[in-house]
Amino acid sequence: MEALLQTLQGIGWMQSWPEWMLLATAALTVATGILAIVAVAVMAFSLAERKVAGFMQSRYGPMYVGGWHGILQPIADGIKFLLKEDIAPVNADQALWRAAPVVVFTGAFLSFVVLPFGPSFVGAKLDVGLFYTFATSSLVVIGIIMAGWGSANKWSLYGAMRGASQVISYEIPLAISVLPVVIATGTLNLGVITEAQAGWIWRWHVFHPLLLASFLVYLVAALAEVNRIPFDLPESESELVAGYHTEYTGMKFAFFMLGEYADMFAVSAIAVTVFLGGYHSGVPVVDKVVPAPLIFLTKSVLMVFVMMWLRWTLPRLRVDQLMNVCWRVLLPIILGILLLYGLLKTIH
Amino acid sequence: MSIDPRETIAAREDDRARPLRSQLLHINMGPQHPATHGVLRLFVTTDGEVVSRVVPYIGYLHRCAEKIAEGNTYHQYVLYTDRMDYLAAMNQNWTYCLAVESLMRAAGMEVEIPEYAEYVRVIIGELNRIASHLISFGTYGLDIGAFTPFLHAIREREAILNVFEKVCGARLMYTYYDVGGVKWDIPPAAMDEIKLFVELFPKKLDEYNTLLTNNEIFIGRTANVGVISPEDAVGYGCSGPVLRGSGVDWDLRRDEPYSIYDRFDWKPAVGTGEMGTVGDCWDRYKVRMDEMAESTRIVQQCLDQMPATGEVMAEMPKILKIPPSEIFFRAEAPKGELAFYIVSDGGNIPFRCKTRSPSLHNLGVIEKVGRGLMISDLVATVGSLDLVLGEIDR
Repeated sequence: MEALLQTLQGIGWMQSWPEWMLLATAALTVATGILAIVAVAVMAFSLAERKVAGFMQSRYGPMYVGGWHGILQPIADGIKFLLKEDIAPVNADQALWRAAPVVVFTGAFLSFVVLPFGPSFVGAKLDVGLFYTFATSSLVVIGIIMAGWGSANKWSLYGAMRGASQVISYEIPLAISVLPVVIATGTLNLGVITEAQAGWIWRWHVFHPLLLASFLVYLVAALAEVNRIPFDLPESESELVAGYHTEYTGMKFAFFMLGEYADMFAVSAIAVTVFLGGYHSGVPVVDKVVPAPLIFLTKSVLMVFVMMWLRWTLPRLRVDQLMNVCWRVLLPIILGILLLYGLLKTIH
Repeated sequence: MSIDPRETIAAREDDRARPLRSQLLHINMGPQHPATHGVLRLFVTTDGEVVSRVVPYIGYLHRCAEKIAEGNTYHQYVLYTDRMDYLAAMNQNWTYCLAVESLMRAAGMEVEIPEYAEYVRVIIGELNRIASHLISFGTYGLDIGAFTPFLHAIREREAILNVFEKVCGARLMYTYYDVGGVKWDIPPAAMDEIKLFVELFPKKLDEYNTLLTNNEIFIGRTANVGVISPEDAVGYGCSGPVLRGSGVDWDLRRDEPYSIYDRFDWKPAVGTGEMGTVGDCWDRYKVRMDEMAESTRIVQQCLDQMPATGEVMAEMPKILKIPPSEIFFRAEAPKGELAFYIVSDGGNIPFRCKTRSPSLHNLGVIEKVGRGLMISDLVATVGSLDLVLGEIDR
């Protein structure tokens, strides 16, 4: 954004504008750009998910809308969501009920502000970028609780209860799993963390044995954080009908789905930034030729694919098993890794 | 080590003096709920995630089938049996026809089913058993949260339905069996498809076992969950895979052989508690998987033994009138012991035709087993009973 601000200041007819107007223009441009990227990515993911599912279930998935392999299916979905009747339960807490989808989507969306898509392709170069992403993605759980409570539906309430306990529990291993990288690089700034992995592929953090272990912990915890199978208990369609969004229709429901996919994209992008070299391709020559955002997006999409792959392969855990995995498996492991890595760093 | 929900409930009940007390939540699971496989309503009382009471309510799909039987001829009622267990309509047809034939014999009438027709009946019946278990396997995956096995199961079921379509023209409601035999011969094209299916299906079963049966999460969700003790299984009148899953070695095809089942080399699948306790959800599930393999073997032996061609229908009177008599006949349907109690009064329509449907009796046990389970376990247990509401409500 700073770069954009300087560019704007350089434009002749804008020089008479006051500082705040320039700042607002830059901020709006960045926000719109990121929103566009996320929206397009989410639409692509919604089609990709169906195609991946189709591929794994020996069928085609969408084939008709748009002529070629159902390429316009996401747009058709969007129109369908817009045209659906917007039903509100009589007993719903209207304020909470209406706000919940927005909160969920905003929480998922805010992380993208600090993600470095390229060396100069960053919304805001925050010094506490990593901390900021975890803080904002926690907002999602507030939206889930609002939806569950506001719907005045017992199944929704169950979903919300599960969602709250799950996200809060898994946030701990998730946040701790990136700490070894913070120790390694000495910063929370995502841009600096990425730059530390410049050059050949083995400079990526994931190729350090201890950091690989913490990457795997991050992956499991991230799956739980975004409520994907095998950790999709808040939604678990066969048990809780549709969990916290049972009562939602039309665009409100679409916002939950947008939020879920955006969240999936966000945790994948964070994993790419922190562990998988960010926008570096791993081969210095390639970095000079291929645009950095392209490399970054490719890696993120591959991570999202892994999540879809798991989604269409694995069954779902039970509530108590979920908590066992978090508190009795992931947390001790990641604390051990953190301790070991800290000791190693101190000795060196 | 996981927390035993039963202990949690006991602790709650004992510890009345605690300052923080939770309330019980009454909640309706169904009749419109994805986990109940139809229009079953479970009235569930929950304490947090733990189920403290579950009462099944049925009757949403009641179509007066038994009363309808009293107004239709013996032949006409065959097509109403299709609508009972619509996932295994062939077996329903078959059992009803066997019951009427037994009634005729009991009333002193001659009825000799041609040998060729018997083989056709066994082949089609066992194929339908496989199709029914495939749906059970697929939807059980859905209950546990795995979506993909369902589509794979549907793919294999499609092969069986194609055979049925060639045989009788229908894909769900067949009315293929008739009193005295079957309506038509299996056409050569369908015979080839059956041979191909029998050859390929065991490999597909291995695929399923890799995908779901031996999956760590699946075992975690089903082993030691919803345990039905052998005593309970017998006491509640459970039958079929639910009874055998509890370790009771009882299969009518072997123990009260009807048709030509005594000619084949096979053995009933019985739950062994391989992954946990005998009678848990995993055992019931595995019994169905093993039964599919056994059914394939039976079909294979049928294909080897059966005469090249023959009559498919016995000599039957134009209008079937059965002298006053009564019969209770039971046979092994995919869901369990299906029985018909038919009373004739000398006319061409039955005086009474009562159905004993296996799913109804299998459902009864949920009231005992469901207590103390978690909501997710309740879904897993109901799924493992493999209920078909069309058959429960009739």
